[in-house]
Amino acid sequence: MTNSKTRRQVMRSLTMGGAIIGASLFGFFPVLRKWTQRLRPPGALDERDFLSACIKCGQCVQVCPVKAIELGDLDEGFGVGVPFIPARAQACDFSCDAVQCVLACPTGALNHAIVKKEQVHMGLARLDRPGACLARKGEGHKGPARPAPFKGVHRYAEIDRWKPVKLAEYPYDLAICDLCVRECPIQGAITLEPMSSDPADKRRTPVVHEACVGCGMCEMICPTEAASIVVDIRRKWGDA
Amino acid sequence: MSLLTSLKVMLGAAPERPKTTTPEAAAMHEAKRLIKGPERAREIKAAHAEYKSNKWRNIRWATLIAVNLVFVLSYRFDVQLVEGALTASRVVGFHMADLNSALQVMLAYKVILLNLVIGTGTVLLMWWLFGGRTFCSWVCPYHLLAEIAEKLHLVLAARRMVVDYPLHRGTRTVLYVVFALLAAVSGYTVFESISPTGIVSRALIYGPGLAMIWVVGLLAYEVVFIRRMWCRYICPIGLTYGLVGAVSPVRVKYNLENCLHEGDCRKVCLVPHVLDCTKKTYAEDVEVAIGADCTRCGLCIDACPTGSLRYDVKGLNKLL
Repeated sequence: MTNSKTRRQVMRSLTMGGAIIGASLFGFFPVLRKWTQRLRPPGALDERDFLSACIKCGQCVQVCPVKAIELGDLDEGFGVGVPFIPARAQACDFSCDAVQCVLACPTGALNHAIVKKEQVHMGLARLDRPGACLARKGEGHKGPARPAPFKGVHRYAEIDRWKPVKLAEYPYDLAICDLCVRECPIQGAITLEPMSSDPADKRRTPVVHEACVGCGMCEMICPTEAASIVVDIRRKWGDA
Repeated sequence: MSLLTSLKVMLGAAPERPKTTTPEAAAMHEAKRLIKGPERAREIKAAHAEYKSNKWRNIRWATLIAVNLVFVLSYRFDVQLVEGALTASRVVGFHMADLNSALQVMLAYKVILLNLVIGTGTVLLMWWLFGGRTFCSWVCPYHLLAEIAEKLHLVLAARRMVVDYPLHRGTRTVLYVVFALLAAVSGYTVFESISPTGIVSRALIYGPGLAMIWVVGLLAYEVVFIRRMWCRYICPIGLTYGLVGAVSPVRVKYNLENCLHEGDCRKVCLVPHVLDCTKKTYAEDVEVAIGADCTRCGLCIDACPTGSLRYDVKGLNKLL
């Protein structure tokens, strides 16, 4: 009697222990199959190291002045509680100067060797829908870049360096749309180039340069729906 | 109880009746043996007649809620008193790191930053002072949820609607090793993705997500099948803290003299094996310090009608 009871308990324990380990291993699927690729905060290590080094505390979330950082959920496997930036909804605009999230990170998952925004490599911007780009059509833009109910914010140095302004409450009046260039936080990362040698031709095309850090500001500010310019996550200069 | 025995019991060994007893304790055991049957029942009944206390439970719940609320409010109102979550945080700028989370990161990442060393060191010292598993019952938000689930389980069990199917306590030790190996070999912090402590802490601070489904599922399972499954048989965090606090100055102390051995303390205890000394004739000395697996939750202190269980700080009694 006691023996069969003990045996059943041991079987139950093995089954339950196996089930718990099995459940924890489900995290491999989203990670290895890259179900949910995410734009990581500035200074993030290579994805593999980043997932192991991150202690999932969200201190980076708390220090970000524009609240660009969110934490991963169950569908991201081992990425549960790991920070990412949904650039189209709220990009990092580097208005914090000294990459606050990197300073906040207790484990170095956001690499502490990074001291200024120009050293960051989150990805690279790419003109995804050239046909939709307003500048390429020679069109301007009037009104907010992203009208309500869009909730994203940006800290405009020329208005108030410390107070984020809702994009939906900040109207522009541009003869030629140059929002991605105008609001890019990195010097020389993106320029507008003429599309022909004809001086009367108003059409311009955004060109991404090696200085681009992939913060996603251009993706957020792009007034076309969906964004004409997007960030390729973790792509490096020279990659296909 | 020797440290070795206390650790062995925590890792899963069944507690044993001590082989030797001090003469004082032996005399008390003998005196109690003479009180038999109806007389003993009368004594127990009398002791319980006017006794009911939830003092330590209430203090503990208030502390647990307050600690978690500080995390939540500090972020909500941006006062930067406490930043982060229970896995790692900065308290007024000072690094703190949950020992088990830090261990998983160190095993997986294999690079250890000074910040993490400071954070781990601080927490190590703090929880060594309070007694390792104090974290579980006084801070961990999942513990509170599981306590509520346990209440529900007991109500349903009393109506014979559910039955507890206990696991072997060694399960936790095996899982501890497996999760440590998984982190070291795979390079991912595998346990963190299912740790309800981290998930609930982050859900409170940053808002709940799909991961709460896992937590709710665990709680439901505990209500229907296995009483306090996660905290008793699974959670490696508990074992990490148990090891840290194995020799801590703060502990629960048992005094044999007035004990009626009716076993109310063991019925409310999350880890009843640590209270084995309260069984009749099991105490090896008049005073016995409760072992490493104890979470210092105080439920046994509340439950004891004779004041035989108390909080105790090592060395402090001699000073006072």
